[in-house]
Amino acid sequence: MLDPEVVEHVSQLARLTLSDEEKDKMRVELSKTLEHFRALSELDTSALPPTAQVIPIENNMREDAVGDCLPKDDVLANAPRTRGDYIRVPAVLKAF
Amino acid sequence: MLDRIDGVDARVRAYITLTPDLAMRQAAEADERLKHPDAPRLCGVPLALKDVLSTRNVKTTCGSKILGNFVPPFDATVVGMLRDAGAVTVGKTNMDEFAMGSSTENSGFFPTFNPWDLDRVPGGSSGGSAAAVAADECIAALGSDTGGSVRQPAALCGVVGMRPTYGRVSRYGLVAFASSLDQIGPITKDVKDCAILMQAISGHDALDSTSLRAEVPDYESSLHADVAGLKVGLPREYMAAGVDEGVRGVVLEAIDRLTEAGMEIVDISLPHTEYALATYYVIAPAEASANLARYNGVKYGYFDPDSDGVEELMMNSRGTGFGAEVKRRIMLGTFALSSGYYDAYYLRAQKVRTLIKRDFDRAFESVDLIATPTSPTVAFPVGEKVDDPISMYLSDVMTLPGPIAGIPGISVPCGFSEGLPVGLQFMAPPLGETVLLRAAYAYEQLAGVESATARKAV
Amino acid sequence: MAARANGGYQVVIGLEVHAQLLTESKMFCACSSRYADAPPNTVVCPICLGMPGVLPVINEQAVEMTILTGLALNCRIPSHAKFDRKNYAYPDLMKWYQISQYDLPFCVGGHLDVTVDGINRRLGITRVHLEEDTARMIHGRDETGEDYSLLDVNRSGAPLMEIVSEPDMKTAAEAREYLMSLRNILVYLDVSTANMQEGAFRCDANISVWPRDGEIGNSKVEVKNMNSFRSVYRALEFEEERQIAVWESGEGPPEQETRGWHEASGTTVSQRTKEYAHDYRYFAEPDLPPLVLDKAWVDDIAARMPELPSVLETRLIETVGIRADDARQLINNRELLRYFEKATAGYGDPQRVANWITRDLVKALGDAGASPSESPVGPGDLIELLKLEDSNRVSGKMARDIFRTMFETGRSAADIVAQQGEQITDQDEIRQAVRKAIQENPKAVADFQAGKTQAAGFLVGQVMRATRGRANPARVNELIAAELG
Repeated sequence: MLDPEVVEHVSQLARLTLSDEEKDKMRVELSKTLEHFRALSELDTSALPPTAQVIPIENNMREDAVGDCLPKDDVLANAPRTRGDYIRVPAVLKAF
Repeated sequence: MLDRIDGVDARVRAYITLTPDLAMRQAAEADERLKHPDAPRLCGVPLALKDVLSTRNVKTTCGSKILGNFVPPFDATVVGMLRDAGAVTVGKTNMDEFAMGSSTENSGFFPTFNPWDLDRVPGGSSGGSAAAVAADECIAALGSDTGGSVRQPAALCGVVGMRPTYGRVSRYGLVAFASSLDQIGPITKDVKDCAILMQAISGHDALDSTSLRAEVPDYESSLHADVAGLKVGLPREYMAAGVDEGVRGVVLEAIDRLTEAGMEIVDISLPHTEYALATYYVIAPAEASANLARYNGVKYGYFDPDSDGVEELMMNSRGTGFGAEVKRRIMLGTFALSSGYYDAYYLRAQKVRTLIKRDFDRAFESVDLIATPTSPTVAFPVGEKVDDPISMYLSDVMTLPGPIAGIPGISVPCGFSEGLPVGLQFMAPPLGETVLLRAAYAYEQLAGVESATARKAV
Repeated sequence: MAARANGGYQVVIGLEVHAQLLTESKMFCACSSRYADAPPNTVVCPICLGMPGVLPVINEQAVEMTILTGLALNCRIPSHAKFDRKNYAYPDLMKWYQISQYDLPFCVGGHLDVTVDGINRRLGITRVHLEEDTARMIHGRDETGEDYSLLDVNRSGAPLMEIVSEPDMKTAAEAREYLMSLRNILVYLDVSTANMQEGAFRCDANISVWPRDGEIGNSKVEVKNMNSFRSVYRALEFEEERQIAVWESGEGPPEQETRGWHEASGTTVSQRTKEYAHDYRYFAEPDLPPLVLDKAWVDDIAARMPELPSVLETRLIETVGIRADDARQLINNRELLRYFEKATAGYGDPQRVANWITRDLVKALGDAGASPSESPVGPGDLIELLKLEDSNRVSGKMARDIFRTMFETGRSAADIVAQQGEQITDQDEIRQAVRKAIQENPKAVADFQAGKTQAAGFLVGQVMRATRGRANPARVNELIAAELG
């Protein structure tokens, strides 16, 4: 069973507010799922290369050319709060 | 078509958003184009789009409350391609939130019901698209498949669903779940429609760096090529315990019939199949934890108005905006990538991914295709698995290994068990879409397109 | 400084520099990267806004600029590179992960040679990698008294190159010299404006201080928020002293933390805020295929390497033949160097040109707040003036006055001389003026004859005034002495 501190730490990393009830449930479910994953550790993977992508593509780059931007109104259209031509959020500590 | 939707969608609930005005406008344009003999095959055809595809000026929710009011300013590449082909888009279909699920019960809005039995799920996560096709609420639809989300609901709804080779169809504008696994695929009433839709959406896209440059074959004409002599591998691991007896029987019978068309059935082994589920459920949530990080109530989407300060606003918006399964996977993925656990989970899963891919590489040295059931069960009752994540995850056990290896797959209806549709899955090597379509088409011709509409509930 | 006087401590400094690249478009999308003068949120597309469903595409030019920089910094270019996702949660980061490079950067293991107080130092470069910039934030308070932060997304996704040094620097002066040399290299490579004030060149420093007779530990203080070479120098000097004081009070080693430089007070301030867990959870960016940096490509990039500032500096001193301090001043300002090069192209005394540039031109530009390329007196104009002086048509004093007039009015030297008249060297004409001054100033003459030699100066002044500064000063002195002697 995962420590409650691990669940707390991971929820902080993921920036998810969870209720105490959710945390308890999460702890049980994550523990069960991870138990299921123990199968992976049966395999000797020491000599294996990891696969991050399955496509045989390399060096896919674009030319340094300027294209169209969005109209400003489209940039701001979905923002929950704006002020003037900016997206607004509650104050971020300057010392951050 | 819009009338049909009016008639049945209150019961099926396939659509999140309907776009009748847009559809009427597109239909009028299509009528003009159809006066010319060289109008594209899709011209005027009413299609549905899974709500994971970005549509300009049309709400795109991804089945999540966190994007409940989100209206993108751009079209996904495939949406642009369909529009250029003259297709008429009738609406955006329901789905498990952020494509995480196998029943469409994880939609942030409402569940979708299986047109064959309204007490059962349509599968997922593209359950809205599969149900819409099965209930004649569109001619065909697009879904997205990360671990089986096109093929599994297609099987459960008795329609055709195809997952292309990773990189065959542009992912630009497909809201990301697990970037190294996601692909867009068609859901259609028959294999021929599937080929036509594949033709329209395949090809290189400069906006997707993982998009393949390989030329797109003529899928429709490839349907008629001879299948005699094709070797079809039957992996013993897929017929092991866990597959419903009824499903196993129907699928084995269907595979037997392939010999009538001259195909040869060969027993094969994909020895690392049992590790696919764990591999997938480490890699996909890990990628998802980063892909879903951007939903924080700052630039777009749901935000929690009662929060104190920006940190709390962002955390609360996510805590409230995401549903339980999404939070579960974000937690799982964050854990798998976090310091101290990365090597044991994420890195190890990537290494096992190598083994699973090698299994397929080796298998395709001796066979042209692999045939399996698409899903271990038929459509299950609504609510049956919703509180048991692992048993829900097992619904995709037949469809997960293919995406891990990046290979294409197709599900075709192959009969009924307990009065519900069963899907036969074919898998092929990378860029083997033509052989998939050929085999599926050949099977469809043998079996006859089941005219079982009478058995449907709507 | 206490630290220098006190030989009992050793200082360990490493620098991380972020430089914006001079590409046309952003790192992963086609928005312009020249957004500096654009209104807020007008140089933004779905990709750099981090909208759902968008995908990045690598800007090839940014990659080549990074490799070029690495080569100039004597780095090894590995055969393979890739991009990774660096996960951190901050409102100015649109996707909440930054596409950066973790274990396979473009350039590794280089060095930069600098000279400080006559001592040559080879400073290690750990790596050079490429990433994307964040949005800009502005802070304020609205009418109701609520504090807010505003986002301008224009900067989001601009290409950013990070250059990480080894912890090889031992003094603030070495750190400053490293930064200035690095800045010059980026400018001469045309990869960045490297302008610190404009934020195109940002520096974070890691500094730790250890007793000389003990081991060097792992903890260090990260100093941020320095926006000039001078503030980097001052912040590191301050931090050195502060950390020594911590040791002296028996509380060493100083706590590992992030501190911000506060320019007005000349101090660093702890930036402790609410503690959120930090764990970047790097993993390979699945949306970007890896890169193979084959030899042909790297050779092709290397072939575009211009003359580097260190080589140029040596050439200016040894071949062109100007003083070392002048050479350094010219190198530090590429526009000034271009001015110098143009001026000396048609003129045989480079040191004399250097004198004029580093003395008169720099002062005039400073007063006017102009850059060398904006100078009203072009390189050709300056040479024209120098040639007038060489041919004795104007005196040295006149030349400097004429230069100022040229700078203020934009008129040519020839034009000004034609109006004002040339230098008067004619013996009789000057003698006439001298006699007139003697006649009109009997008191000064009496003073002089009474032994007050400075009265001669007054008479020289009178002569110069009468000739409107044109009389040859040496002749005037001679003749006054002769007439009164």
